[in-house]
Amino acid sequence: MAASAQHPYSQFPHQAQKIGLSILESMGFRVGQALGERLPQETLGFREELDVLKFLCKDLWVAVFHKQMDSLHTDHQGTYVLQDNSFPLLVPIASGLQYMEEAPKFLAFTCGLLCGALSTLGFQSLVTASVTALPACESWRGCLWGFTLFSPRTHLTCGT
Amino acid sequence: MSRPVPRRPQHHKINKDLFVLTYGALVAQLCKDHEKDEDVNKYLDKMGYSIGTRLVEDFLARTCVTRCHSYSEITDIIAQASSHRNQPQVLLILWKSQQVAFKMYLGVTPSVTCNNASRNEFSLILDKNPLSEFVEELPTGRSSLCYCNLLCGIIRGALEMVHLTADVTFLQDRLKGDTVTEIGIIFLKQPNEKKYRRRK
Repeated sequence: MAASAQHPYSQFPHQAQKIGLSILESMGFRVGQALGERLPQETLGFREELDVLKFLCKDLWVAVFHKQMDSLHTDHQGTYVLQDNSFPLLVPIASGLQYMEEAPKFLAFTCGLLCGALSTLGFQSLVTASVTALPACESWRGCLWGFTLFSPRTHLTCGT
Repeated sequence: MSRPVPRRPQHHKINKDLFVLTYGALVAQLCKDHEKDEDVNKYLDKMGYSIGTRLVEDFLARTCVTRCHSYSEITDIIAQASSHRNQPQVLLILWKSQQVAFKMYLGVTPSVTCNNASRNEFSLILDKNPLSEFVEELPTGRSSLCYCNLLCGIIRGALEMVHLTADVTFLQDRLKGDTVTEIGIIFLKQPNEKKYRRRK
């Protein structure tokens, strides 16, 4: 991105990338919070964590990305893994390896977005994402999203 | 039918709120990074320019499928026509395509006016600007911020890809208290017009 060439941290590319990704994540958080505020009121009364995740997989994902999440797994101990086989933000760049190193930018933004939306719903969370690289397949458009939810009952404060 | 029909590129529609909010987050971040409004404006314009040079291909692919086979055909046509006397006609076509492009990408149709007799200055007038939908007013201390300057850059970049140099700026801005948002386009003289005349 042209931004990093003029940024004061350009002498330290690794740091610049980290800073860039965390800026993207915080931008995503703002967007997610605002998006969360535009959700219909009846969705804001979740009782269980699983309800929230189901909401994420269906309602939120459809509203934002026009498709549902493809699968949801949980260890029933607070960690959830969601899989999207064709993440729309990656689809345009996901054939061949040319743009693979740009993927973290899109994932960082989206992680922030999900965190922000969840925070509007009253949940602190930790969101991670990774690209599922399919073996012997040129297209790497799938993503795994890891969620750990810290519900309002537990008084943990955690970074997003 | 011997001519193969070119495939329409798949275009995915994006959630409007996501788009508008992301733009807002972008501008907010730029304001954090740059103290002066002029720097933010310049950066937005530069980013827009880079988007415009690529967006024009998408636009042309979606609107010119049946008539032109290649991108360079279109630029040749425009270049040849703009070196003739019937320049106003060419610019009229460009006008109309601006309206189409705005409708296609932002969902609004601006009205267009021509601002001078020599027909190289135009305006696009937007009653409603979707990009600034959630912005009530400019933040304090940012009175010269051209919030939607990305649009100016996009138009400028797109025009440049069809060999037309233009100066694109905001003449009126609702966020600054005007009644409408007006984008002014001034077409500048081409330095190498001779080149196209010879191709007749």
